[in-house]
Amino acid sequence: MLRLPQFGVELPETVDAVVALLRDNPSARIVAGGTDILPNLKHRLDEPPKLISLAMVRELRTIELDASGEGSDLVIGAGMTLTEVSEHPLVREHFPSLAKAAGLVASPLIRNMGTIGGNLNLDTRCRYVNQTHFWRQALGGGCLKSEGNVCHVVPKGRNCVAAMSSDCVPVLISQGAVIEQVGTANEAGKRSVPAGEYFRADGLRHTVREDGELTVAIRLPLPSTPRRSAYAKWSVRQSIDFPLVSVALRFDLDQDSPHGVVQGLTVVAGVLGAKPRLVTKLDDALGKKLSDPALSRIVSERVHKQCKPLENVPFEAPYRRQMLAVYTRRAIEALTAD
Amino acid sequence: MAESLLSLRINGEAVSTAAPSHWTLLEVLRYRLDLIGSKQGCDKGDCGACTVQINGEPVLACLTLAATAQRGEVRTVEGLSWAPEASQGCHPLQDAFDRWDAAQCGFCTPGILMAAEALLRKRAAVVTRDEVREALAGNLCRCTGYTKIIDAVVDASEVVFGQRGDESTDDSAQQTGS
Repeated sequence: MLRLPQFGVELPETVDAVVALLRDNPSARIVAGGTDILPNLKHRLDEPPKLISLAMVRELRTIELDASGEGSDLVIGAGMTLTEVSEHPLVREHFPSLAKAAGLVASPLIRNMGTIGGNLNLDTRCRYVNQTHFWRQALGGGCLKSEGNVCHVVPKGRNCVAAMSSDCVPVLISQGAVIEQVGTANEAGKRSVPAGEYFRADGLRHTVREDGELTVAIRLPLPSTPRRSAYAKWSVRQSIDFPLVSVALRFDLDQDSPHGVVQGLTVVAGVLGAKPRLVTKLDDALGKKLSDPALSRIVSERVHKQCKPLENVPFEAPYRRQMLAVYTRRAIEALTAD
Repeated sequence: MAESLLSLRINGEAVSTAAPSHWTLLEVLRYRLDLIGSKQGCDKGDCGACTVQINGEPVLACLTLAATAQRGEVRTVEGLSWAPEASQGCHPLQDAFDRWDAAQCGFCTPGILMAAEALLRKRAAVVTRDEVREALAGNLCRCTGYTKIIDAVVDASEVVFGQRGDESTDDSAQQTGS
């Protein structure tokens, strides 16, 4: 039996009340679906005196199109569950790779609880961290991210390399999502952060979120040109598991067809270190048809060259590196299926 | 730590109880309300033995703070007995699990029943084996190998929603290798 540490629970009903509670309780933690933080608390990775629950905050539970700006955006409230995101008709129509990623998180039970805001802010994970306190003591007293001061993944390493393990994050970055934060310590009390700038290469503090901030929404600009996108995940089981390899792909095309010519592409890999990796040097893939075998060869080769998994999650790093290239190639081939 | 008062609705009844504020719904069900049908397995969201429904959605009681469960209608395996479709205190799913020998040690069964009940209610039709596999993907069973569980859920859906049409059912033969 895994007992939670003692804490008080606040049940605010509005975003303003959450922000006020965060301001007044600097050591409090936010709990949305609870599927990430509660196991971590049961493992004694933190012992906050107070949890601020978002369960009663109705204003976080919307998905809507916003045409007030230059283009139209799909705005997903941070409190939408992963089941709701994966099944929502607007998400499926405009952002199929996001619907797919949200639908691949853990299990149906966890998707019914976990939220898109929680998945975005999912804590980094490591095979030496996400264990019981007893297990970590047996290892000799934890590591940089728990109660110790060493790294078991990178010997003598001073920087935590726990892995960003969210399924949705690589997709959100690839689709140019913008994170809407409130409670920011600036004059406006809020800010918008591009998803590509939200993450840091530090497993102990892997986002730029300020302690007083709450993610209220994720804003996704609707595609203005034909686009085909994919998300590929490899894990041991087809359910429950976190990804061991993950990659999000986005191809902007001249026409929505397998023979469409690639005019832009974005490739983002997860589960490497704390920060998702944007794959670069893809220029020679531009101008090729989506169905051209050279395209999937070029992209998977660049992914393999630039992405170097660490021994921070199960399975050997060289094997995961190989699988990353394989899953990338298969995902591109699947995009040309019709 | 001081206990706080909880006002829950469980299996259609209003229930008030005091419990420490850091307790999960599972702890309150088992150690305050004597509803021990929901099982404490891994206690961290991997196994699904604690599955209950909140507002009709199957969720994990071990990862639900009891305080947040106050927002909705909680349904546990004990509540299946007096569902409208139950006869003689036995839900069609429970009856099918009995007839198909879908429970061996039985520890995972309450959670599986709650996930399966949500599937049947939402689909409101005879379900396919793939739909059952997907709906039960968060419930581990270390005894049965799942084949009989899937058989039982499909069978229960046929009992409740009428017989299957001409859809193929031959993947059960592949599953058992017979």
